[in-house]
Amino acid sequence: MQVEAERVGGVADARFTDKRREGSLRRASGVVLRWPEASILLAGALLAAYFQSTNSAFLSQSNIENLIDYTATTAIIAAGEVMVLVCGELDLSVGMVYALSPFVMHFALAAGLPAGAAVALALAAAGLVGLVNGAITTFLSVPAFVTTLGMMFLINGLTLTISGGFPVEPQAAPLFAAIFGGDASARLAWSLGIAIALQFVLKRTRFGLHTVATGGNLLAAAEVGIRVKSIKIRNFVLCGMLGGFAGIIDAFRIGSIDPLAGGAEITFAAIAAAVIGGTLLTGGSGTVIGALIGALVLGILKDGFTLSGVSAFTFDMILGGAILVTMAVNVRLTLWRERGEG
Amino acid sequence: MAASIGPEVLRAEHVEKAFGRIVALRDVNLRLCRGEVLGLLGDNGAGKSTLMKIFTGFFRPSAGQLYFESKPVQLRSVSHARSLGVEAVYQDLALVNELNVYRNMFLQREPVFGGVLGILDERQMRRRAIEMLDRMKVRVPSVDVDVARLSGGQRQAVAIARSVFQKAKVLLLDEPTAAMGAKESALILDLIQRLKDGGEIAMIIIAHNYAQVFDVCDRINLVEEGMIAFDKRTSETSVQELTERVVRQYRSVREIARHERS
Repeated sequence: MQVEAERVGGVADARFTDKRREGSLRRASGVVLRWPEASILLAGALLAAYFQSTNSAFLSQSNIENLIDYTATTAIIAAGEVMVLVCGELDLSVGMVYALSPFVMHFALAAGLPAGAAVALALAAAGLVGLVNGAITTFLSVPAFVTTLGMMFLINGLTLTISGGFPVEPQAAPLFAAIFGGDASARLAWSLGIAIALQFVLKRTRFGLHTVATGGNLLAAAEVGIRVKSIKIRNFVLCGMLGGFAGIIDAFRIGSIDPLAGGAEITFAAIAAAVIGGTLLTGGSGTVIGALIGALVLGILKDGFTLSGVSAFTFDMILGGAILVTMAVNVRLTLWRERGEG
Repeated sequence: MAASIGPEVLRAEHVEKAFGRIVALRDVNLRLCRGEVLGLLGDNGAGKSTLMKIFTGFFRPSAGQLYFESKPVQLRSVSHARSLGVEAVYQDLALVNELNVYRNMFLQREPVFGGVLGILDERQMRRRAIEMLDRMKVRVPSVDVDVARLSGGQRQAVAIARSVFQKAKVLLLDEPTAAMGAKESALILDLIQRLKDGGEIAMIIIAHNYAQVFDVCDRINLVEEGMIAFDKRTSETSVQELTERVVRQYRSVREIARHERS
């Protein structure tokens, strides 16, 4: 009898433990369902754990600084790209603006402008590129893909022409240079600050709401009186300025302004970070924090494979495959999330 | 309860609209009074939606004059029309699937604070949306869910509630029961009837299914080839008369098509 009671008690305990485990799993899946950023953060943590297990140098201070270097500028560009994607457009030229903007700053400094004004002028030039992108896309109804593709070549040619194809050294006071990217903690602060600020703008302000509405249902947004063209143009300007700012930060980090820097590679890395982070290419939905984590995941993959000694030839293959797998998992999680909430 | 019909709120005189060579509306005359429900019927491409978009400020008429509360008006934009109290619920519902119920209800009229930052007052939006939906007896699972998760009837009800919420004087409903089952349609028609009973809002209902909306309308206008070809009070006509008229029109269109083929 006692044995039977103990057996029953044991079964009850096991059921209790199972239920608790089930409860924990449900809570964990609830977090993933509720926060779109959670799944990519989880993927990033798993990748970091894997690379640390294969190479103990992965989480060393110097390597973490490498990660920050890659993530910071990619995340800043990705933040602007998220805004453009959410309003239903795309900017392929931002990587060239990244190269152009530091040269504008350099020439302004050479002309005797104070460093702050030179940075402001460089950002204004980057914003002007965004303004032209936005105006052509909205007023002439040219698809953003075509507009920004054309602008990508145009800006590349312009940068090569004004620079003569040679790199230059950024000239600024050490403190100024440190604040604008020379220092690793400043780079981290800029990327985090921009991501948090834009996430707030996107999720908590009227401008963010109208950006989502414009990308989610353009006709509906126009019918309720939202000035959809203005919303799109402002987001293009914002994206251009962030691309230019990322270029300035990298110029001070590297200590050189290179006309061949950036380009399509950084543009696609930023778009990949945005999409991996949960931003839809179709518009109406996105997260800047997700893009920041997406940039971090790309950084982890790139850095981890480099440390693992993967050959440069196979590196892109593995990176591409990893992006596809991450995206596939993310899409499944999104569907799961939608069904879970439905 | 039949609400009394009040003073004139909207009038169109000799309104025309052309898109290049295509004339969508010609010499349209229409009058709408407070508390009145006008059924605007007609075939696809007859010009109903174009006329509605002129009333909402989305299109500007090529010729003619609009009057709002007996004063001549030139609607400069959708926002201008909305500021006067002209609200529309389009076939595409003008709802954004990615936004929740209360954000949709306040779209473009969001209460904000923080000056130029324009920070959304989520608490106020949420509270007022719940109050309004309760008052209009519109049932949704929660105002926090994205409208994509609502049924067709619930979405339509939210869209109508949003317009009423914005203190509409004229409510334009484009095919309010399109692609809906009988139960969902009844939900919307009940809502329209309740608004009509309130006697404060004038409504124009664009519909293909005139039998369905006939009972809630006070007057029927039939649009044919961009013109108002028929204007009668519902007490002076019947669904049967409308059907005969539509069948005659259909036969003449077929006759013309056959003639063109031969």
